[in-house]
Amino acid sequence: MQNLAWVLSLIFMAVIAAVFLWVVAGASRTGGEAGAMAKAAYQWRGRLFWLVIVAGIVVSFMTLWDWPIAGHAAAGTKPDVTIRAVGHQWRWELDKDTVQVGKLVEFELTASDVNHGFAIYKNKTQMVAQTQAMPGYVNKLQVRFTEPGDYEVLCLEYCGAAHHAMRAVIKVRAGL
Amino acid sequence: MNTSVTQSADTLSAKFAFQLYVAIGIVVYMLMMIAGAVFRGAQATWLPIPPNFVYEIMTLHGAGMVGVSGLAGAAVMWYFLRRYVKLSTGMFLTMLVLSLVGVVMILAAIGIGRFAGGWTFLYPLPAKSMGLWGPHAAGAFVGGLVFIGVGFLLFYLDCALAILRRYGSLVKALGLNQLFGSGPVNTSLPPAVVASTMVVIINILGILVGAVVLVMSLINIYVPGVVFDALLMKNLIFFFGHVFINATIYMAVIGVYEIVPRYTGRPWLISRPFLASWAAVTLIVMAVYPHHLLMDYVMPKWMVVMGQVLSYLSGIPVLLVTAYGALVNIHRSGLKWDLPLRLMIFSLFGWAAGVIPAIIDGMVRVNLVMHNTQWVPGHFHFYLLLGLVPMLLGTMLFVCTRSDWRETALDRASFWTYGVAGAVFCFVFLAAGWQGVPRRFAVHDAPWLGFAQVGTLAAALLLVAAVVLCVRLLARLPRISLSA
Repeated sequence: MQNLAWVLSLIFMAVIAAVFLWVVAGASRTGGEAGAMAKAAYQWRGRLFWLVIVAGIVVSFMTLWDWPIAGHAAAGTKPDVTIRAVGHQWRWELDKDTVQVGKLVEFELTASDVNHGFAIYKNKTQMVAQTQAMPGYVNKLQVRFTEPGDYEVLCLEYCGAAHHAMRAVIKVRAGL
Repeated sequence: MNTSVTQSADTLSAKFAFQLYVAIGIVVYMLMMIAGAVFRGAQATWLPIPPNFVYEIMTLHGAGMVGVSGLAGAAVMWYFLRRYVKLSTGMFLTMLVLSLVGVVMILAAIGIGRFAGGWTFLYPLPAKSMGLWGPHAAGAFVGGLVFIGVGFLLFYLDCALAILRRYGSLVKALGLNQLFGSGPVNTSLPPAVVASTMVVIINILGILVGAVVLVMSLINIYVPGVVFDALLMKNLIFFFGHVFINATIYMAVIGVYEIVPRYTGRPWLISRPFLASWAAVTLIVMAVYPHHLLMDYVMPKWMVVMGQVLSYLSGIPVLLVTAYGALVNIHRSGLKWDLPLRLMIFSLFGWAAGVIPAIIDGMVRVNLVMHNTQWVPGHFHFYLLLGLVPMLLGTMLFVCTRSDWRETALDRASFWTYGVAGAVFCFVFLAAGWQGVPRRFAVHDAPWLGFAQVGTLAAALLLVAAVVLCVRLLARLPRISLSA
């Protein structure tokens, strides 16, 4: 997903840059009747508008019809394992930290003091999933770990002076 | 409706007030850019600063940038809106004075009280510092925001009253009667009035909500036994914060509407798509804020859907109306490029391009793995650092130097350095977000350092270019004209 977001952003931003450069390069020259050019440009804009609307409808249905995140704003699938996690300034309290690879794990997140963000990382450069840990609420995050290893939990909601040091490890093992 | 009459008097006090805004704006922007560069330098491990101090700098950078962007945007709106309605210079200055009182309180909270709760003062963090700052520090920070909010509220109320006196209703000033009416559009309604009306509506509501949540925070700080619903507070804070920061660029773009046609000789007139766009933006800016809360799984499903869908829709007015309209206006117009115009057109690129990663992050599936990574400062720096700031600079330079601009090689070098270094700075944030690097971390792990180091170098270069541009502007400040 991260790669798709990055590539799509670069493509669309490059298209915008190219359009700007093309217009800017010719702006100091004159040519054509302004009214006629504007009329043609706004006809194109009308078409673009409908293209963007149709694309938006398609993208919205594609990305929201099957609800993107199990347990998000709706009940999720019954998990194999439940881990209760509480965020405190500045540590995570997990009632268990070892799970079996392939099992559906549900994290029940809350916080005892301030808002925290519970983000599961693989190798520090790939986030697997995240949710917020908030006082007074329980957010349920379902994750199926497909590869064994040690996954690091970082806090992704700024929570004070040792925010960056608020970490935990989830051990995913092949055979338990 | 007669829009050809200048409604506000061009008095010396009005001119002085505007000069004061520009001068203070430049100084604060420079200081906050330095703070931002220091924050990035600390993440790069090049500046040995303790983490709690780094978070103080982060808090200062955020609060200072949002505040000064609000003031500078309001100054641009005041400058042009006063041509069509009668605005009070006294109220304009009152906003500045109250903001400065707020700034002093915020500086005291951070500098003396060691407050480091972030500019978003996310409840209940201001009241729960683990002993690093006390209730008076948190109270001074939140109270400072209240002062700033009151100043802005008075200004927007003055604008609202002036618009009502001239146009009869906000509906007419926003052009809704024309949008939904039959017959040709009356193009005498200036785009500046339409944009100002939108800003007045959203920001009065936004600041009122902000006032509520700030007072609730103050109560919690001083009476910790009184607690509020954390999700409700989060909603209120993000509604206020989102509306306020978005309004800055919607105020600044008034300068583009007013100035670009002077270069091209082609008037920028209202049309039904233009009015529809501003009507839509009025609603979207207020309703889209749940895209900040996509990772709060207890949010109602319909609000999550609304956050994603409106994020997507919010790009249409920016891309297809304002940016597209500007490009049509300058296309083959025979204009003569100079620094103010370059800055303004570049700013539209920064705004339009920055919308793309914002829309993508507004999708739930993407947000799941990119929320609160550096992807977020990547996209908002794109449309603030490469959008709002050059838009403001271009407008201010134009109103200072309109008749006798002398373009130098230094101007051109500064512009290109600002643009290239700024783009690198923002793309490094986006690339870091792509790689999952968290935002708001004082200390970075080894695999993330490269991003912070390249970002710091770009920030340093950008700072040099910004200093040159701002000194050029300051030097021309005495020449400012209220009728440029």
